[in-house]
This record gives sequence, structure tokens and C-alpha cells, in this order.
Amino acid sequence: MPSTINRRQFLQLAGLGSVGVVFASALPGVASAAGSEDFYFVQLSDTHWGFEGPPNPDAKGTLRKAVASVNALAQQPDFIVFTGDLTHTTDNPVERRKRMSEFKEIVADLRVKDVRFMPGEHDASLDSGKAYKEFFGATYYTFDHKGVHFIALDNVSDPRAIIGEEQLAWLAADLKEQRADAPIVVLTHRPLFDLMPQWDWATRDGAKALDLLMPYKNVTVFYGHIHQEHHQMTGHIAHHAAKGLMFPLPAPGSQPNRAPLPWDPAQPYKGLGFRSVDAEVPQAAYEITEYPVIRST
Amino acid sequence: MTSRRQVLRLALAAGALAGGSVATYVVAQPRERVIQIQAKRFDYTPRQLTLKKGEPVVFELTSADVMMGFNLPDFNVRADVVPDKVTRVRFVPDKTGTFTFVCDIFCGGGHEEMSGKLLVLE
Repeated sequence: MPSTINRRQFLQLAGLGSVGVVFASALPGVASAAGSEDFYFVQLSDTHWGFEGPPNPDAKGTLRKAVASVNALAQQPDFIVFTGDLTHTTDNPVERRKRMSEFKEIVADLRVKDVRFMPGEHDASLDSGKAYKEFFGATYYTFDHKGVHFIALDNVSDPRAIIGEEQLAWLAADLKEQRADAPIVVLTHRPLFDLMPQWDWATRDGAKALDLLMPYKNVTVFYGHIHQEHHQMTGHIAHHAAKGLMFPLPAPGSQPNRAPLPWDPAQPYKGLGFRSVDAEVPQAAYEITEYPVIRST
Repeated sequence: MTSRRQVLRLALAAGALAGGSVATYVVAQPRERVIQIQAKRFDYTPRQLTLKKGEPVVFELTSADVMMGFNLPDFNVRADVVPDKVTRVRFVPDKTGTFTFVCDIFCGGGHEEMSGKLLVLE
């Protein structure tokens, strides 16, 4: 890639800008993080390693293909996030650990080594996150990158889909250290708002987390769980759900139940994919570009 | 001798003077239909309920195996369903239509399919 153009310009030249959308959480120039520098990261979600069934005849190959596609990106991201349901649930603790071990081995092939994980209910709800912690560490944490404060929230280790008072107190204490205009990105598995509680697409105490985040001007949430792209605002907070990498789910309320959409042999991997997120730090704006599992270029 | 009706009237008057209301104590409660619902991984029995709008019912919820949830979001009704315990939920549907109730406590591989329908008729 020529060094005279930036990544955004490159995406537009490559025709990928057409599937990218810019979401700004603030007017240009409002945020002014010291030492900020534009960057991009990749979000993968809901890989459900261990799943087998008609919704994905290539269940053992899809994740590997996605890893290859990420590795083929012309410019590698600063880091990669997996927003939960790394593995498909199992009652067997031995099998659970086997799936986590296999998943970890596959994603070790990613060229970028700064990889952040989050649990989904399939990983963590049946044992309160015990196996997950053995393989991936803490279920909630923060990190800072080039002027953006990232907060990974765990709304799945409690099978009731609650964040819980302890974690909410931790979140409140962390936010107290942030400026009101700090660029904040929240990473989590389930939607923090009531997207579709009839399909269990909600976090029971998600409103408490959003109440804590509301005083901050530049907050954006990236999450998974619903296996499809979805964008919604709650007040000034933008929420962006990612596609999954095992089977797509129907649009909220579009069919009587939330059964996976059937595999289409004419369009394999349809509805699956991953995304890049280009952060324009001074503007607290994020350009999302969606990629299919297998890239044609 | 003071009749029972006179006692109730006195009680009503006293309640009104005190600024409160005792009407709920003297109005006969409609009889509540009891509906037993058993949760078992990964289904409810029955999985379809039919009620009349305004009909007061009591759901008696039990679990045959693990802790489950019973969530009827359109009416803001939910309860934990705990094994070896009967959980009672009073409910009066105030609108007609077809609604979904769902398990909202992750209970394993079939959790996503664990739901039922409530049909409320006029």
C-alpha cells in the first residue's frame, strides 16, 4: 500500500468503502485525546467452535478461513477482538476445555498477536467462567490504545445474563478516572439494551451499565450474540452488533423463533463474516467495514 | 348486634378518614385459575397457553432439572424457576395477541430453542 494514502482512502480506492459506514459519536474536534493517533482493529464474533449441524456444513473450516482472510488484509490491524461464544456449549467440562484448546490453537495462526478475548454464554454460563478463565484470563478488563479507552464487560458468566453489582461497581470506579469527553469503546457479548428480550437478546441489568456510561460523550459499543450486523442508538451511545462465524440468525422478530438461518449451497458462508473498525480518534468516529469469510481479493 | 355488613362499612369509613383505602379488603377477589408449567431442558410443558384478557391466573412454575427462567417480556413478568420448588406468579393479561415467553437463564445446548407462546383472547 502506498504510504502517501491512509487506510480509509485505500478502502475507498479498493471499493470497500461502499460497505463501510462511519459512525461518529461526537462532532469533529470535540474530543482531543493527548497522543491520539488513528488506527484500526478487527472484530470477530460467535465462532462457536465445536458446533456441528446443517446450518454450517463447513463447521470445522469456517474459522480457519476467517483467520486466513484476516491474515490477508493488506495492512494488519493494531489488534483483534473476539466478542464471545468462542466455543459452542457442552455439558462436558472435558469437552469444553478441548474446544477451547482447539480454538486457541487455530487463532494462534493470526499474524497479529495482540488478541483480546471475551466470553459468551456458550463459553462461560454453565461453569461461571471457570474453564474460560483457565484459557483466556479475566472475563472483564480495560485497556487503552492510542487515546481510546476500551472496556470489556462480562454479561454472560452469570447464567442469568447479568453484569452484577460487583462488576458494575468496578465499571463505575473505572469511569470516574475518565474525562467526560474521553473516547470510550465498550466490548461485550450480549446487547446492553433490550434489543429483543423475547429472544433473550438483552442483558438484564444492562440499563445500569448504560446509566453509568451516559455522562460520557463519546461511547461506542461493539458486541456479538445475535450473529448479524445491527446498529442502534440508545441516547448518544451507538451499539454495533457483529456477524458471527458459524451460522447467521434471523433479523429480530422476522420469524416466529430465533432458529439459525439455513445454509445456502448457492451462497456458502452467506451472512457470516468479520469486520474492521477504523478509529478516527480525535473525532471519536468509527468506520466499520464488513468482510465476508472468504475474501475474493 | 352489629352485622358483618355494618362492620365492613365502619371499616371503610375509618379507612377513608385515615386517608387510606380499605376497598381491596371488601371487594371479592375473582377466582384465579391455576396454570401449572413445568420447565425441563429445553422445553416448557405446556408450551402454549390460552387466556382471556382480564382473566386473573396464577402460574405455578416448576423445574424438573436445573434453574430456568420464565420471562414474558411483553407484560414485564419474569421469575426464576428453581428445582424442587413451586414458584407462583400472579398474572392478569391486559392486552390481546400472541406473545412469547422464554427461558432467560442459560441452561445448555438447547437454551435458544426454549420458549413458548401465550395467546390472549378478547
